[in-house]
Order: sequence, then C-alpha cells, then structure tokens
Amino acid sequence: MTLQDGKTLGGAAVLIGLAALLPLAGSGYYLGLGITIAMFTVLATSWALFSGPTHYISLATAAFFGVGTYVTALGFATLPFWILPFLAAIVGAVMAGLVGLATLRLSGVYFVIFTLGLAELVRQIITWSQNRSGQKGLYVLTDTTEAGIYWQLLALAAAVFLMGWLIGRSRLGFALRIIGDDETVAAHSGINTALAKVLLFMVSGGAAAMVGAILAPRYVYIEPSLAFAPILSFQVVIMALLGGTGRLWGPLVGVIPFTFLLEAISANFPNQTTLALGVAFLVIVYLLPRGFVGLIEDARAKMRRAEGAA
Amino acid sequence: MDILITGLLLGGTYALIAIGLNLQYGVARIMNLANGEMLVIGGFTAFWAYTGAGLSPLLTVFILAPLAFALNWLIYRVMMVPLVKRAKSRGQLEVDSILATFGLSFVLVGLMLAAFGGDYFSYSYLAVPVQVVGDTYALNRVMAFIMAVIICGLIYLWLNKTRAGMSIRAIATAPDAARLVGINVRRLSALAFALGGAVTAVGGAYISTFVTLDASTGVVFTLKALIIVIMGGVGDVRGTIVAALLLGVLESFVAALIDPGLTLAAAYALFITILLFRPQGLFGRKPT
Repeated sequence: MTLQDGKTLGGAAVLIGLAALLPLAGSGYYLGLGITIAMFTVLATSWALFSGPTHYISLATAAFFGVGTYVTALGFATLPFWILPFLAAIVGAVMAGLVGLATLRLSGVYFVIFTLGLAELVRQIITWSQNRSGQKGLYVLTDTTEAGIYWQLLALAAAVFLMGWLIGRSRLGFALRIIGDDETVAAHSGINTALAKVLLFMVSGGAAAMVGAILAPRYVYIEPSLAFAPILSFQVVIMALLGGTGRLWGPLVGVIPFTFLLEAISANFPNQTTLALGVAFLVIVYLLPRGFVGLIEDARAKMRRAEGAA
Repeated sequence: MDILITGLLLGGTYALIAIGLNLQYGVARIMNLANGEMLVIGGFTAFWAYTGAGLSPLLTVFILAPLAFALNWLIYRVMMVPLVKRAKSRGQLEVDSILATFGLSFVLVGLMLAAFGGDYFSYSYLAVPVQVVGDTYALNRVMAFIMAVIICGLIYLWLNKTRAGMSIRAIATAPDAARLVGINVRRLSALAFALGGAVTAVGGAYISTFVTLDASTGVVFTLKALIIVIMGGVGDVRGTIVAALLLGVLESFVAALIDPGLTLAAAYALFITILLFRPQGLFGRKPT
C-alpha cells in the first residue's frame, strides 16, 4: 500500500465517521433524510460498480431490494437479526447470478429488457403464492431504531466503497474496464467476459438485497406492491448517472442533490414526480452524458491548463 | 378450444404493437421504450373521440395514424438524430437511446397524469357477442384482430414488394452497406420510426375497445412488445407475428388454467427459453 492509498482510505474513514454522528444531532427529519441518502448511496454505488465499466444498464435494483425485504420479513421471527442482511445478500447474489447467466452472454439490450420486468416478475410470483396460502402481507415488528438502521446502512456503504476500491485495483476491475471499452478485444485477450460480468452483477445484486433487508423493519408492514415498487430501479439509475459512473465517488455526487430535489418535488408537486424523473433522464442524456463527475473533471482540466499557461 | 381462439385474438393485437416496435428497432436502431406510451396515447385518443364526439374507433384511426406519424417523425428528428450523430458505436447508441426513450416515456406518463389524472378509463364499443367456431366472443376483439391482420398484411407487402420497403429491409440487414449503395439511411430511418409509432398508436386505439387503460399502463405493453420482437427476431415481420400469436395463446392458457396474475411470469418463461436456446429469434440465422 502506497502513501496515496493510505491517504484515500484515511480520508474516506474520516468522512464516514463524521456521517455516523448524524443521529446524535437529534432531529428525526434529518435522520430520515440521512437514511434515504445512505440507502441510495449504497444502491447507486453498487449499481455503478457493475454498470459503470460495462455500460450494461440494470433495472433490477427493485427486484433485489424487494427480495431482501422479504428475507427479513420471513426470517426475523426465527433467525437472529444480524444474520438476515447476510442471508439476503446471498439470496440476492444467487438471483443475480442466475439472471446474469441467462442474459449477460448476450447483447446489452436483452439484459435491459430482462431486468426491466424482473421486479414485476418476482412480485407476480410472490403475490400468487401469497394468494394460494391466503396471506396478504407480512408484519415486521422489531425493536430496531431509525438510528440503528442508519448506522447499518452507513456500515454497508463503507463496505461497498471499500469493495469498489479493491475491485478497481484488481484484475477483475481491469478486465471489466476492457470489456466496457471493447468486448471483442476483451474476449480475444483471454478474458472470460461472461464470468467477469456475472460476478460483478452478483456483487451489485447482493448489496441491493442487503439494503432491502436492513430497511424492512422501517416499513413495518410488507406487501409485494410496496417491496417491489419499480420506480426505485429508475431512481437509482438516474442518481448514479447524474453523478457519473466514471469514479467510485461519482454516484454519491448524484445521490445527495437528487434526494433533496425529489424531496422538494414530492412535498410541493406530489403528482409530478414521474415527470421530474423523465426530465432528469433527458437532462442526463443530452446535457450531462458523463454526469457531475464529467463537469468537475472538465473544470479541473481547464484550471490546470490555465495554471500551465500562466 | 375457446382458450386457443381467445389467445389468437389477443396475439393478433400484440402483433400490431410489436411490429410497430420492430420497425423502430430493426431499422432505425432505436430501442423505443416509450412505445407503450404511444399505445396509451392512441387509446386515449380513441376514447376521447368516442365519448366526446361519438366517433367510432374504426374512423378515429384515420385521423390518429397521420398525427402519430407526424409526432414520431418529430421525436426522431429532434431527439434521436443528435444521439445517432454523436454515437461512436452501435452499443453507445443503444445505451443512449434506451435512456432517452425512458426519459420520454416518463415525461409522457407525467404529462398524461397531469392532464387526465390516474383514473382508469374504458368505454363500451362493439361489446356484442359473435359466434366463432361454435363459441361466443366479443365483437370488439374480433374486429381488432381483423384490423391487425389487414395492417400486418399491408406492412408485409410494403416491405417485400416495394422499392422503399426493400431499402428499409436493406438498412435493417446492413446499415453501412445500405448507405454505400445509395440508400438515404437517415431519411428512411425516420420514416420507419414514424411508421412504427403510427402502427403502435393505431394498435392502442383498437386495444382500448376491450382493455381498460390508464396513464401508466404503457410499460406493460412495452415489455410484451419487446419480448415479442426479440422472440420473433429483430427486423423480421413474419417472426414477430408468429411470436405475438404464441405469446397471446400462452397468456390466455396461463390466465385460464393457473392464475390471471401470472401472465407476465408466463411471458418471461417463454422469453428465457428463447434466450437460452435461440437468442437469434425464432427464424433468425446464427450470426457468423
């Protein structure tokens, strides 16, 4: 480990430590907002781990998230609570592995289409099996506090950042960047492209399922249409792309402003959130193809050039 | 037997929507995820014309089709051409167009929600029974099926018998080579995109006679159309029709015999089977 690496890790640890102090501020409103931001940070960052380098757009976040909430809902009465997020991660990763094996060998369009309907598919199956057993929804009654949920999410965010940092420096991360640049070249230089993609997709699916498992106690009552709300997948895509997927911290730069924006919109114009999401998509495609990260890097490059000239 | 015919009738209308999408994806290379919203717009228009002016959906489509054509042409020129121009590879164009049409789809849903609210809307048109091979079906479904057969037939003839149709097929097969032999790829892509949108909107008008729609149902139809297009093979009218009928029949069997809530699961099962065994589509050839 070099000095630079030490600085990066140390800086990140300090930032996360500062973020962990939020519940001590004592405001329920800010804590709620903090949970939303932490949740989207994990979801968008883990999304970008896979979709950033490969350019495969996954819309499956809601499906993994929903499966995670169901793991908690079904297991909290019988299993120790701390096991559930890890169990959810395994279930999510296995599911991602299966989806990946079926679709990631093919072109990106098949993948997008498949993931687009995945949440709805799982929802239909769960609804159907609940109808057969005559059960409608599940109660999750635990003594977990809001602050507890926040700290769990924050720890998960730290883990995801660490993992992303390690993957970025590993052979796997290098392989993924080559796949993103040119998949044919990657295959010809001996990279098992399908395996690399499936592995990363499993990481991202597992993380999303963990988020679902952690947040389940907050919902108290869980039913399929709530757990598998497809809008979540789109919000995650928008936030990650808005921030920029070229850097590990990129999605975070998108999550924070967009959470506040959505908050403001749903408070003032509750019926226009769909419209706002649509406009955000268009802004990303036409104005910010590299996200805020792109803007920041352009500005930096300009400053450096100005310095060089002076 | 009656399940089979219900399925075929449903599949016929699916074919209409999927052919619209296939023209857009196969030729213009734009995976239009706002396709379902175009369908809902078509349905809304038919609903309006019928409840407001007493105009039969059969006549509405003659006004609807040119309007939808113009709207989609405009969408292609304003939104898609910049993406086509800046795309360095086909993959990048796919990613960009998927995101842009998602945006478009959300914007359209948002606008429709703002204009009409989230209510379901339906109207009663031609809801009279008819006899087909000994069983009774609603006339509106039969009418939609017949119109789908006529429109699909016309498109098939147009693609296979006219010069413009031949150029379109050439673009679908090899866009770069088509340009070399003097085909105006950009103009014809716009044409195919606009035509695809118009066909989908007309399909929506017919579907609205027997399916209850609301502002946000579009995505379900987009999904089904996408699955059909991939199953039938990109740019393949014949394959699309077969795949649409297959999906229609499968859905009615699942709905009748297991549970109506599982129709999407059924479509997905079919989709996975195709992806695993024939990713090039039912009639597609393996890429060399």
